[in-house]
Amino acid sequence: MNQQIIIAGFGGQGVLFTGKFMAYAGLYQGFEVSWLPSYGPEMRGGTANCNVVISDQPVGSPIVIKATSLIAMNAPSLEKFEDSVVPGGKIFIDSTLISEKVKRSDVDAFYLPATQMANEHGMKGLSNMIMLGKFIKETNICDESLIEKTLKKVVPPKKADLIEKNMQAIQMGYQL
Amino acid sequence: MGEKFLMKGNEALGEAAILAGCRNFFGYPITPQTELAAYMAKKLPKAGGTFLQAESEIAAINMVYGAASAGQRVMTSSSSPGVSLKSEGMSYLAGSDLPALIVNVQRGGPGLGGIQPAQSDYFQATHGPGHGDFRLLVFAPSTVQEVVDTVFLAFEKADEYRMPAMILADGILGQMMEPVEFPEHAQVKQFDKPWATTGTQGKRKKNIINSLFLQPDELEIINLKRFERYQKIVENEQRWEEFMVDDAEVVVVAYGASARIAKNAIRSAREKGIKAGLIRPISLWPFPEKVLREKAKTAKAFVSVELSMGQMINDVRLAIECSRPVYLCNRVGGMVMTPDEVEAVIVKAQGGAK
Repeated sequence: MNQQIIIAGFGGQGVLFTGKFMAYAGLYQGFEVSWLPSYGPEMRGGTANCNVVISDQPVGSPIVIKATSLIAMNAPSLEKFEDSVVPGGKIFIDSTLISEKVKRSDVDAFYLPATQMANEHGMKGLSNMIMLGKFIKETNICDESLIEKTLKKVVPPKKADLIEKNMQAIQMGYQL
Repeated sequence: MGEKFLMKGNEALGEAAILAGCRNFFGYPITPQTELAAYMAKKLPKAGGTFLQAESEIAAINMVYGAASAGQRVMTSSSSPGVSLKSEGMSYLAGSDLPALIVNVQRGGPGLGGIQPAQSDYFQATHGPGHGDFRLLVFAPSTVQEVVDTVFLAFEKADEYRMPAMILADGILGQMMEPVEFPEHAQVKQFDKPWATTGTQGKRKKNIINSLFLQPDELEIINLKRFERYQKIVENEQRWEEFMVDDAEVVVVAYGASARIAKNAIRSAREKGIKAGLIRPISLWPFPEKVLREKAKTAKAFVSVELSMGQMINDVRLAIECSRPVYLCNRVGGMVMTPDEVEAVIVKAQGGAK
């Protein structure tokens, strides 16, 4: 196992939360993991991103430079990180918000209208979970049975009522 | 040990301090260290402690002086510009032989600089934290789990040697989350502090905590005695990690976040048949010069990897008495080197050493 993941989008899209889910899913399977957020001015009204490493080796650098996967939640993120993906890597794109296509031919691109789907199904703000569902299916970072346990860990107790909706959103992405 | 869970380095600094028995925190917010102060604000009162956001960094370090004088386990934390403001207070702590913990989650400088990770306060931490002849014990964790160990160690050694200690971290370590496990009962030695100003109750001679000595002969003796203690520390407290270094021809020296990047580079260089290894200082003062001197007997070259214009490299050169070439791999201003950049310098060092 060596997943080097970049998740990027606008602040507020749940980029850091999505990364935290992945890190915990890795941890629960006994892998070494790290989670590194962008911080500072680039968060404010601009882009947010986070780097997640899931590995069977102790994690050296937590900074992802050669990504095995990129989840792009807005156009600037795709532009900024497309070249960071390794040949054969995967790029997941919210096609509601990104009209551009992946320029490279040596990566697998997955286009999901995640924001539109979330809005249509009364899941406003859960486009990240739809993206995550698809990501889990395509990368096998965790078994489907681990999803609920991980969600229960990463959703704060105060927001426990949202677990079910999150679960549904992940399932929706998983089935795409 | 409890369950493993994910925690930011900044939060682990706070939790470890509470477990170590620290019940006094005085600070002032600054990025990228703020989560530590926020954690203490939330948790320390529940542990029966005092969290106080001071009006400035200078006020905070002087509150540390007060609490340390009363024999309390106490800490403050900041990031680079804020640590400069604490420098007078750190000198007073050292001049009064007081134990305390200062955390620096470094960011780019000089001046207000930036808020992204850096290691450019190495000189300040290890060579000149303030005016006068004095030292801080300086520890540099490289993982969130090691944050816990070094916080325990820093409090313990500060008490043992009656001097301030510093955790020198950086924005990467402060902000990143990693799995961490806390012991249910921290093994941190407690020391009697008969010198503390705890009130005489009319039963003993009063204790005086002071760093003002106007008689030069008296002040000289105090300095000499303090440096005898420092000498013991140099002999007994050097700490480091060795990584693939047994047969290394190129020895990389890196601490904190840089060491993590260096490990990637070393693994990659090894795959290409280059015998590279890492000495990772865990204590920056005392600097692990013994092991470097030993490695200089067999290594061809050294590489210092640091997020500064080249500060630790001088200590590497001194440790090996300039007997081998020492190369620098660095980025500054909040930029971070890639493993490829480190590997390129390793290759250069390997070639240059022929």
